[in-house]
Amino acid sequence: MLELPIYLDNNATTPMDPRVLEAMLPYFTNKFGNAASRNHSFGWVAEEAVDYARGQAAKIIGANEKEIIFTSGATESNNLAIKGVFEMYQQKGNHIITVVTEHKCVLDSAHHIEKIGGKVTFLQVKPDGLIDLKELEDAITDKTILISVMYANNEIGVIQPVREISAIARKHGVLFHTDATQAVGKIPVDVNADGIDLLSFTGHKLYGPKGCGALYVRRKNPRVKVTAQIDGGGHERGMRSGTLNVPGIVGFGKACEIAMEEMATESVRLAALRDKLEKGVTVMEETYVNGNTENRLPHVSNVSFKYVEGEGLMMAMKDLAVSSGSACTSASLEPSYVLKSLGLNDDLAHSSIRFGLGRFTTEEEVDYAIEVTKKAVTHLRELSPLWEMFKEGIDLDSIEWAEH
Amino acid sequence: MAYSEKVIDHYTHPRNVGTLDKAKKNVGTGLVGAPECGDVMRLQIEVDDNHVITDAKFKTFGCGSAIASSSLATEWLKGKTVDQAMEIDNMDIVEELALPPVKIHCSVLAEDAIKSAINDYRVKNGLEPIQLEKSHH
Repeated sequence: MLELPIYLDNNATTPMDPRVLEAMLPYFTNKFGNAASRNHSFGWVAEEAVDYARGQAAKIIGANEKEIIFTSGATESNNLAIKGVFEMYQQKGNHIITVVTEHKCVLDSAHHIEKIGGKVTFLQVKPDGLIDLKELEDAITDKTILISVMYANNEIGVIQPVREISAIARKHGVLFHTDATQAVGKIPVDVNADGIDLLSFTGHKLYGPKGCGALYVRRKNPRVKVTAQIDGGGHERGMRSGTLNVPGIVGFGKACEIAMEEMATESVRLAALRDKLEKGVTVMEETYVNGNTENRLPHVSNVSFKYVEGEGLMMAMKDLAVSSGSACTSASLEPSYVLKSLGLNDDLAHSSIRFGLGRFTTEEEVDYAIEVTKKAVTHLRELSPLWEMFKEGIDLDSIEWAEH
Repeated sequence: MAYSEKVIDHYTHPRNVGTLDKAKKNVGTGLVGAPECGDVMRLQIEVDDNHVITDAKFKTFGCGSAIASSSLATEWLKGKTVDQAMEIDNMDIVEELALPPVKIHCSVLAEDAIKSAINDYRVKNGLEPIQLEKSHH
């Protein structure tokens, strides 16, 4: 039996796996201790659980458990990485490099660096969403201390050439941070093979709880340090104070363990479902898949249905929870900056839908989604003056539109 | 953000979707908005010899509220004289559809579309276009 509504927004957040919840539950009640309480068994039990989870979180990215700093999530991890590196290394230089398609928390941390006297280069991306490596290397100066490039993009799923980026960073003695929020648990990530110095990830994108994430900070070759952004009791090797969220950390660790075990089979299953979905909807004319389709996450597809507006479309795709690059609700009326940076016209950005499949997505749900999407697009195109003009062969670019 | 019942009703069962023959002298066409802004409305009226609007049709590229605003506008236009139609204010649409503040621009666009269609009709019939104050509320 198909249960409605269907959740296809797994890049926004994922439902928690029941196995994760089960692991967490005791740490809310009888195992409630403070992991920093060194003088009684309640504290020891909590500390032991945190240490175990630290190992689980380290393993999924090929790190050592001593290199994991628990945070409240990827936003905090990204803030800590960028601001923390800048503060720690500003004697060495004041320049950082990042990319226009990064998550807002990276972009806004970079803007903060600019406000406190740093310089930031925001690299553009190619039409497929990937950065130009030569442009990256050319942007490096003797003042550059950090390159921050996301592992995989949250809107279009494209995977950046992380190993090539880290090789360039190494060559110039620059630290490399990556926001791997969308990648960890979905595709193999290895901080050593990939040459990563700092890496952000979070629980709720991999079927763990919200409110718990981590920053990986390399300890050897080179030894990296970040200036704490939250001061206090000196937890997490002095880089992030605050009583540890023990149940959250336990759940995050368990989620990493499950994702790692199931990744190989799950990524194949999801890619097949994603391809089926894409094939199913792109049979309609004037329908385009956004971003590079070779280097991308297995579970996300971003499609523009030309001549139909995304928010209106989502309303017609009743019982499907998806998201759109349209920004009809925002005061600025600006569509997705990620899609715009691909060089997409605003109208195509307004017409985009992101489908994010997940661990609990079934083939039956995908079949249903294809039918609902096709019906909705057809319905709205019948209502669309632009579709009518297109069908009459009128060049929409030749019309002088009145801005409003 | 949840939509009001009236928006959902107009969106699910849009009234008067379609196209009138824009070559006809008694048909006025208004095309407002821009694809880059995510909203384009085309609203058409057919007017009889007594300046009464006998038919109205629309097509809209836009969000649910934009579609509902233009659908509602066509309902209101039918049976009104052209002069009465000029009186339709976007805030009437906001009220009727219970549009939230972020969707007020949808109603503004619908009002613009009505006025633009009326002016097209007037010009076709040798009348002066009515000067519109830029209707940004």
